[in-house]
Amino acid sequence: MTDTMTVTGAAALAAAARPWTTGTERPFVRIDRITKKFGDFTAVDQVSLDIFKGELFCLLGGSGCGKSTLLRMLAGFETPTSGKIEIDGQDMAGIPPYDRPTNMMFQSYALFPHMTVEKNVAYGLLRDGVHKSVVRDRVAEMLKMVQLHTLAGRKPHQLSGGQRQRVALARSLVKQPKLLLLDEPLGALDKKLREETQFELVKIQETLGVTFIVVTHDQEEAMTLSTRIGVMNAGRIIQVGEPPQVYEYPNSRFVADFVGTVNLFEGRVIEDEPDFIRLAVQDLPVTGEGSGAASAGGAGQIYVGHGVSCTIDQPLWYAVRPEKMRLSRHASDAPNSYPVWVEDVAYMGNLSVYRLKLPGGRYLLASKANLSRYEEDTISWGEHAWVSWDDTAGVVLTQ
Amino acid sequence: MSAATGIARGRTGRLLRRLGFSGRALVIAVPVVWLLVFFLVPFLVVAKLSLSQSAIALPPYLPLVEWDEGMAIITLNFGNFTFLLDDPLYINAYLSSLKIAFISAAAALVIGYPIAYYIARSPEGRRNVLLMLVILPFWTSFLLRVYAWQGFLRSNGVINNFLLWTGIIDQPLVMLQTNFAVYLGIVYTYLPFMILPLYANLVKLDDSLLEASADLGARPLSTFFHVTLPLSMPGVIAGFMLVFVPAIGEFVVPELLGGPDTLMIGRVLWNEFFSNRDWPVASAVAIAMLVILVIPIMIFRRAQAKEEAL
Ligand SMILES: Nc1ncnc2c1ncn2[C@@H]1O[C@H](COP(=O)(O)OP(=O)(O)O)[C@@H](O)[C@H]1O
Ligand SMILES: [Mg+2]
Repeated sequence: MTDTMTVTGAAALAAAARPWTTGTERPFVRIDRITKKFGDFTAVDQVSLDIFKGELFCLLGGSGCGKSTLLRMLAGFETPTSGKIEIDGQDMAGIPPYDRPTNMMFQSYALFPHMTVEKNVAYGLLRDGVHKSVVRDRVAEMLKMVQLHTLAGRKPHQLSGGQRQRVALARSLVKQPKLLLLDEPLGALDKKLREETQFELVKIQETLGVTFIVVTHDQEEAMTLSTRIGVMNAGRIIQVGEPPQVYEYPNSRFVADFVGTVNLFEGRVIEDEPDFIRLAVQDLPVTGEGSGAASAGGAGQIYVGHGVSCTIDQPLWYAVRPEKMRLSRHASDAPNSYPVWVEDVAYMGNLSVYRLKLPGGRYLLASKANLSRYEEDTISWGEHAWVSWDDTAGVVLTQ
Repeated sequence: MSAATGIARGRTGRLLRRLGFSGRALVIAVPVVWLLVFFLVPFLVVAKLSLSQSAIALPPYLPLVEWDEGMAIITLNFGNFTFLLDDPLYINAYLSSLKIAFISAAAALVIGYPIAYYIARSPEGRRNVLLMLVILPFWTSFLLRVYAWQGFLRSNGVINNFLLWTGIIDQPLVMLQTNFAVYLGIVYTYLPFMILPLYANLVKLDDSLLEASADLGARPLSTFFHVTLPLSMPGVIAGFMLVFVPAIGEFVVPELLGGPDTLMIGRVLWNEFFSNRDWPVASAVAIAMLVILVIPIMIFRRAQAKEEAL
């Protein structure tokens, strides 16, 4: 306690809440080069992850990328082909599910159809031999927390999807596990209910201080919920980071494309300086302004306002998100500015998304926040315009 | 032309409907007629027989209705039923049948459940092979298979010879013509009827429920008693009834494997019909058996309805 007092307030707090930034705290869950094979097929491939106490960690990835399999290895339903899992310092090898300090909320909820809501929630406590009167109190408390106390006597088939989801949550939380595993917990809910429940989930997680690992294929959900996101693809972890980090600094084309919407350009380095680089991009039009127009060989250019470790002629990718782009009627003095034709405008309420056609035929997406209720003379479909972005708006990707 | 037939068909349709027929009624009519002809009519014949008086004649009973100078004289003889109550033989035979059928069904359940469970938990490809093995005995005659048991159970049969040869016993065991042989025969014969409904139920069991139970701290045995068994109750009841109900009226097994003191209602029925030629009493025995069977059958129906509701 005393040594944290010496460090200045805000920084200490931030570091304590984000132990992965300090590297001094021991991870609560340590996944070490875990591989799972089903026959010849590798479902999880050499995954290593450290997850800290109190985290709400999201495993994000497309269907079939191995998220559930990884979660099921943590719960003890699948045995890793190789690698090691440690939870709270304890090696999990050979420990059956019923002896693990984890509980799981199943993708299908897996509520016992022959038991009432109350019995479902009480199940875990009764199996542990907790005294009946204690069980009754704890179950009542739990049902109150998920606002199901009025439905305690119902059977699962008499409940709506959202109510079942809350029973499943209550059932997995009532034993106060050290680690709660949630497999697509909100997958079966409609959008409105899902958004409400996301905040409830975060609130519950913060109140109880339980470590959550949540599997989801919904990148918005991962962004909303998590302290950190692990992006998976084809059995591998591609990137681990806090939501802004994963969104603004994706480490690969896969992450850039999977998390959010992105415009991706394939380019070639034509100028490599310590504080900027220039890329030649075939899809972009020549605007005549760039100094290295000749070396671009008839291709358009992207100016990146920071140094990148690369070599001349190396192929690279450049990703820029729609909301980082600006649209105007006249060429701007931004380093990257190109003429486009507005093919379509999608009004989404909070923002408008523009589908833009470059002279070469390639399409771009740009978005604009609708800050006021009525704007005069906005750029509309069928117009010629200019799209531009700053030299720090995009990210250079090497893989 | 097609318009003409269309009109004609429309007309016959309307005619049929006016007569109270519809497509749906016609479809239902087939099983209804079947039940009427092959179930209700024979039942009524037996019911009528059970109320008539036996006689030394051909057929060996007196008609229920006699015409006498334009008057119909109906004689209903309830004596056959009171006779069943008076003679302890019948009550004992019923009770003994119920007991044998119950114990056999319970034994079949204890043996059949693990088999059904094992098949249901097997990989999908192997399940069909295993089910085939369960059904395979039906391909040979039931009578033949029960006869074969005689060869096994005789005092110089396969089992005794083997036990004598190994020296475990030095006197042949008396197995044939005992109640043990009857239980064995019934369980053997009806085991598939236990396994199949249990299997049909267990194969539907959702794996994630078992995982959820384990996840919440239940050991495998605890999971079995708290999740698997309660959820398979409809299958248990169905299997139990499919063994219990036909076993009550079983005739062949007690006749071929049982001893002279193996008392079962099926045998009594046979004796009344063919040895005593007392058709009315035999019919009364049959009717009483049916009434006794209606109760378990209704339990069975309710279990089925519950299964469907799930
Ligand atoms: N028991 C199994 N046997 C064979 N293949 C499996 C098994 N479980 C999962 N897989 C395969 O592993 C891959 C990853 O599955 P899963 O972890 O469920 O993906 P998801 O990321 O959608 O949750 C899928 O291709 C799936 O078909
Ligand atoms: Mg999954």
